[in-house]
Amino acid sequence: MRRRDAGVPAPLLVPALLAVAFLVLPLVGLVVRAPWGDLGPQLSRPGVGDALRLSLVSATLATLVSLLLGVPLAWVLARSRVRGRSVLRALVTVPLVLPPVVGGVALFLVLGRQGLVGEWLYETTGFALPFTTAAVVVAETFVAMPFLVISVEGALRAADARFEDAAATLGADRWTTFRRVTLPLVAPGIAAGAVLCWARALGEFGATITFAGNFPGTTQTMPLAVYLALQRDPDAAIVLSLVLLAVSLATLLLLRGRWLGQRGVAA
Amino acid sequence: MRRLVAAAAVLALAGCGASDDGGSGDELSGTVTVFAAASLTDVFTELGARLEAEHPGLTVQFNFAGSSALATQLTQGAPADVFAPADTDQMDVVTNNGIVSRAPVLFATNQLQIAVPPGNPGGITGLADLADPDKTIALCAPEVPCGAAAEEAFDAAGLTAAPDTLEEDVKAALTKVQLGEVDAALVYVTDVRAAGDAVEGIAFPEAAEAVNGYPICTLTDAPNPAGALAFAQLVTSEEGREVLDAAGFTSP
Repeated sequence: MRRRDAGVPAPLLVPALLAVAFLVLPLVGLVVRAPWGDLGPQLSRPGVGDALRLSLVSATLATLVSLLLGVPLAWVLARSRVRGRSVLRALVTVPLVLPPVVGGVALFLVLGRQGLVGEWLYETTGFALPFTTAAVVVAETFVAMPFLVISVEGALRAADARFEDAAATLGADRWTTFRRVTLPLVAPGIAAGAVLCWARALGEFGATITFAGNFPGTTQTMPLAVYLALQRDPDAAIVLSLVLLAVSLATLLLLRGRWLGQRGVAA
Repeated sequence: MRRLVAAAAVLALAGCGASDDGGSGDELSGTVTVFAAASLTDVFTELGARLEAEHPGLTVQFNFAGSSALATQLTQGAPADVFAPADTDQMDVVTNNGIVSRAPVLFATNQLQIAVPPGNPGGITGLADLADPDKTIALCAPEVPCGAAAEEAFDAAGLTAAPDTLEEDVKAALTKVQLGEVDAALVYVTDVRAAGDAVEGIAFPEAAEAVNGYPICTLTDAPNPAGALAFAQLVTSEEGREVLDAAGFTSP
């Protein structure tokens, strides 16, 4: 082992290396098995560009919705004295552990044509949410927002509340304190949560294929395209997977380096 | 041609069964793993329970999914004893990889039917309504057998389908009907029957142009060859025929 590793105790080093191998080797497998000579034709096949564009747009929209709704929710969980906060926290993070297909069915029961809210919407406006691009965003938001909420809540708990107290004693109301003091304080945590949320939304499969369906150009995101390609042409599936992997990795690297590198991830 | 070969193989399997019955009294044991098309879910679950009842030491476990997904899993090395996809193309995918031990046997055929929610809220009357962009329609993806059959049916009718979603297997398409989220889906006759009162079926003439056959085979690397053979024989037997008929499958 190299000098730099001398500081790591052996009982930690070995399992850590095993963990790296376990997590990284499957990605290496994708790169090794990729039909590199066939890359151009595979990528220019009809539908690939659509699927990638749809994935990027819907994941970004899902992240924006999550920011708008999730940051206030995180504040409520971390700062307010609402009764039953721990139950609330458990409830809003359930989508983290819920099988995504179950999430998709649950979305149907509320927002589908015969759902609690969806039925009213359909009967008054004639609009049905399932099988639309908006449904993709909804499914992705449902699954990804808890990642943002947890990150931001953690950042809020770690942030020093005395700055907020000081702002309050200087006459700032709570809204001003939130905007001028709290938000900048936890900005790295919000950024980290947003990146995590975006990456999760980009990879979302189960809730999307259940609730939004699968139609090229409208609801077929990259993960769905990969799944269906695997059934007819495994090489195409590998190429698509590679694209998704490259996009995710580049985003995680770039954003972490630029926004989160110096102050670290507050969460 | 393929059907003739399959028919010959049925006889071969049947002969095999007869000699087994008269021969050794070896009790079957262990686990039989069956990879089967999603549309076979109810029938195979029933037959599996019967085989388990006859052989208390035997456990039959199933992996039901879209046939293409199963074929991919098998060619990627998933351990299994029996494979029963919903069309011969997916069987060919597997046999071309040299994984099959016995000539596949065609044991059932199936036809498409239009499934609509109870009361037919979309007012669907025939295949032409599934080409209407104003209706909400679920079809199977062309990558899986029910989707391939749907394409044939639309071709035969000279129509262009107007689906809102292309589902990964036939049960997923049926679920969308059961939830009332689509006006119609194109599924198998057997799926409509299995769903009971939850959906209504509408037959259409072009379905006759898109009949698909179900082959079954035991696999070369079967961890439980005796159990695999017993299950395949049960499926192709008189008893299996009755269960298949009851579910709406027809004889090949």
